[in-house]
Amino acid sequence: METLMAYVIGTMFGSAVYMLLRRSIVKLVIGLMILSNAANLLIFTVAGLVRGAPPLITEGLLEPATAITDPLPQALVLTAIVISFGVLSFSVVLIHRAYEVVGTDDLDKMKDTDT
Amino acid sequence: MLTAVLSGFALAILAPWLTGLFKDRIGWLLALLPLGLTAYFISHVPAVSNGQVVLQSWDWLPGLGINLSFMLDGLSLLFALLISFIGTFILIYAGSYLRGHRYLGRFYAIILCFMASMLGVVLSDNLISLFVFWELTSITSYLLIGFDHEKNNARKYALQGLLVTFAGGLALMAGLIMLAMAGGGYQFSEILASDNDLLTSSFTVGMILCILLGAFTKSAQFPFHFWLPNAMAAPTPVSAYLHSATMVKAGVYLMARLNPALGEHPLWTTLLCSVGAFTMVLGAYRAYSATGIKKVLAYSTVMALGTLTMLIGIGTDHAMVAFASFLLAHSLYKGALFMVAGILDHSTGTKDLTLMGGLRRAMPLTVIAASVAGLSLAGLPPLFGFVAKEALFEAVLGAPWQGAALLVAAVGSSALLIAVAGSVAVKPFWGAPGDTPRVPHEAPLGMWLGPMVLAFTSLLFGLALYVPDTLLMGAAVTSVHGAPVDFHLSLWHGVNWPLILSFGSLIVGAILYALWRSSRAPLARVNERLSRFGPEAGYFCLMKGLVWVSEWQTRVLQNGLVRSYMIVLIMTTVLLTGYTLLSQHGLYITLEISDITFYEAGIALLMVASVGFVILTRSRLGAVATLGVLGFSVALIFILFSAPDLGITQILVETLTVILLVLVLFKLPGYSHYSKGYQVWRDSTVAVLFGLLVTLLMLSAFDVRYFESISSYFIQASYPEAHGRNIVNVILVDFRAMDTLGEIFVLSIAALGVFSMLKLRAEVPHDA
Repeated sequence: METLMAYVIGTMFGSAVYMLLRRSIVKLVIGLMILSNAANLLIFTVAGLVRGAPPLITEGLLEPATAITDPLPQALVLTAIVISFGVLSFSVVLIHRAYEVVGTDDLDKMKDTDT
Repeated sequence: MLTAVLSGFALAILAPWLTGLFKDRIGWLLALLPLGLTAYFISHVPAVSNGQVVLQSWDWLPGLGINLSFMLDGLSLLFALLISFIGTFILIYAGSYLRGHRYLGRFYAIILCFMASMLGVVLSDNLISLFVFWELTSITSYLLIGFDHEKNNARKYALQGLLVTFAGGLALMAGLIMLAMAGGGYQFSEILASDNDLLTSSFTVGMILCILLGAFTKSAQFPFHFWLPNAMAAPTPVSAYLHSATMVKAGVYLMARLNPALGEHPLWTTLLCSVGAFTMVLGAYRAYSATGIKKVLAYSTVMALGTLTMLIGIGTDHAMVAFASFLLAHSLYKGALFMVAGILDHSTGTKDLTLMGGLRRAMPLTVIAASVAGLSLAGLPPLFGFVAKEALFEAVLGAPWQGAALLVAAVGSSALLIAVAGSVAVKPFWGAPGDTPRVPHEAPLGMWLGPMVLAFTSLLFGLALYVPDTLLMGAAVTSVHGAPVDFHLSLWHGVNWPLILSFGSLIVGAILYALWRSSRAPLARVNERLSRFGPEAGYFCLMKGLVWVSEWQTRVLQNGLVRSYMIVLIMTTVLLTGYTLLSQHGLYITLEISDITFYEAGIALLMVASVGFVILTRSRLGAVATLGVLGFSVALIFILFSAPDLGITQILVETLTVILLVLVLFKLPGYSHYSKGYQVWRDSTVAVLFGLLVTLLMLSAFDVRYFESISSYFIQASYPEAHGRNIVNVILVDFRAMDTLGEIFVLSIAALGVFSMLKLRAEVPHDA
């Protein structure tokens, strides 16, 4: 499954880059979203995909009885999901505001500091 | 010795405040420090002249082998004495020269810093601390040349001096590191004393070239000599001190210091002799052809530096004696003459020698100092300059490398120098009164004291040769030569070749001086033609080229388009990472489908399809909704592969995101298509390459594990120590609680930003 995910994630990264390179500012946001999802999946996948072994400790035991999946990447990805939400909401509002002030959604026209 | 070096810096901090307090008498007060230092160094003379070497060391960065360690041997002592002795009179002189100047305090602060750094250069035993002090002298020199920063020329030539010496400084650093690697340590005392054969190391050639590049730029050797005459934009006390007596001799000092270790190498001999001799002739010629008094002196300094370099290159024991005596003689008479030049400038209002004449009546004291120093410059007995010139001829007569050519160069330069001495020490004072912008008057005590003392020191040394011979030069010659040399200076050796040559050069010099006035116009024309091809023209070309390149690359790289920044970043990553991956790991493509269930494959397919749809669709709502599909598919992946917490979070966040986008995006314009055909193709290529790189990286990374995961600790400690059964949660709120706190801050800041952008509106003035 990891190998298949490598192709899926590659596709997501490629698409994200393509969207980031558009001139429309709305597409930039969309690219950003795909990029953060792809990055989270990347970290999650390279740590190894294990079915049905969540990092939980059964009631009454001090340690998990059976082998479990690595909890550390999950903790990292959890943080990343929340942060990327923060970044996304900030950038969406920023872009909204920039559009209001500058009056265009074309990134090529936003190239000077005094537009 | 640490105190001796650092006291200059300490006093520099106080200098502006003291200047405000003592006003016009400040020069006399501050001069007490170099005077005290002179006394301190003189107190070491008896021990050092008996062959002792004083070593002192303070730990600075002991882990890196960098110490503030100082070595006082004959060579260092000679330099240190010159620096502090001449410095005393420079400080007094500057007080009168810059009387009432707005920035007098600043001037004293910088020049004291310079003095301390220069002492650091000549006393350092550690290569790195030598380098630090070396660069400090370049920086202080920059500040002092550009002291009149409102003048364009001062700024321009300050920068020129800085760039030339810094470029050399970089090379020097490389050279010193190679020296340390080949010599097995960062201490001069160790490198010079060890029987490590520096000459056979694989670094030798590179090391010599780099060190010499540093020394040649600092000591204004051809083709880097042009910055020194331009540095005359500095106030005269600076020219007298930095650009003739001390700083420009730092390069000479370094070459002399390393001569015992590297002197045997043929490259060393060849470069030093040829570059030194050429610089000597060039400097003498340019000094003769110049008309501004400071330019004349600057070029004659270039000549002296060339002579010193050549003498180190010759390397015989006679050459070492000549080196030490020429160094001493030059510092004394040149310091004096520069101060005289400042006096003339001050009292006549011009630097042009052709306008000066008959000043002896108005300036009886200055004329004495100038004449004595001029006689020493010309090399006439009984001045010390005569002894130095005799020694120079004797050294060149015995030169093992290209002796005949060097002899012609040395005699020719001496003849030119005699004419130069006439033009600066005779021409302004005798003959018909000149047409000067100001009515000449005698200088105040503070200004004539320095040149008088220095000039009469030349006379004293010439008459009482025992003093320089045994006390100052003996140990210095030993340091430069690496072994003791038995020599005795005297004014009269009987009729021998040096005396005949001396006499011959005197006659030629007298003829050249007689031709001085009539030769101005033709020489000016020749120099103008030459300067078009000179190294200075090359410097300005280089500067123009640099500016052009930086304009060009700013235009190309910093064009204001987000897209092109990203393409540059992404393609750089793709090329560098891709190259490393392919060359180190090779291409590795695989796809295992045996362990994939049908619903997993379905989710993967759904993800690919949804990103494809997002790219291709023209509808905003469609794109946002499809992004939701993608987000929920990611959540499913998390849930399927043992990450329930991630799944829950992802679903929550994804729902919020879609709501946010739907709310905000519809206030934005439509889903515009701006790009042209070729742009789409270019961007697609970049995107495909990047996606491919990620896939290949991942495929290669699955098998690579450099070290054990630290997770086993979290798993074992989760319940016993943190009393939590959900290990992911325990990591977040317990083991890595600070990270989570930081995350909360980030979210709060983002929320604040969102709030302020939505709710706060700046008052936009509508006055246009």
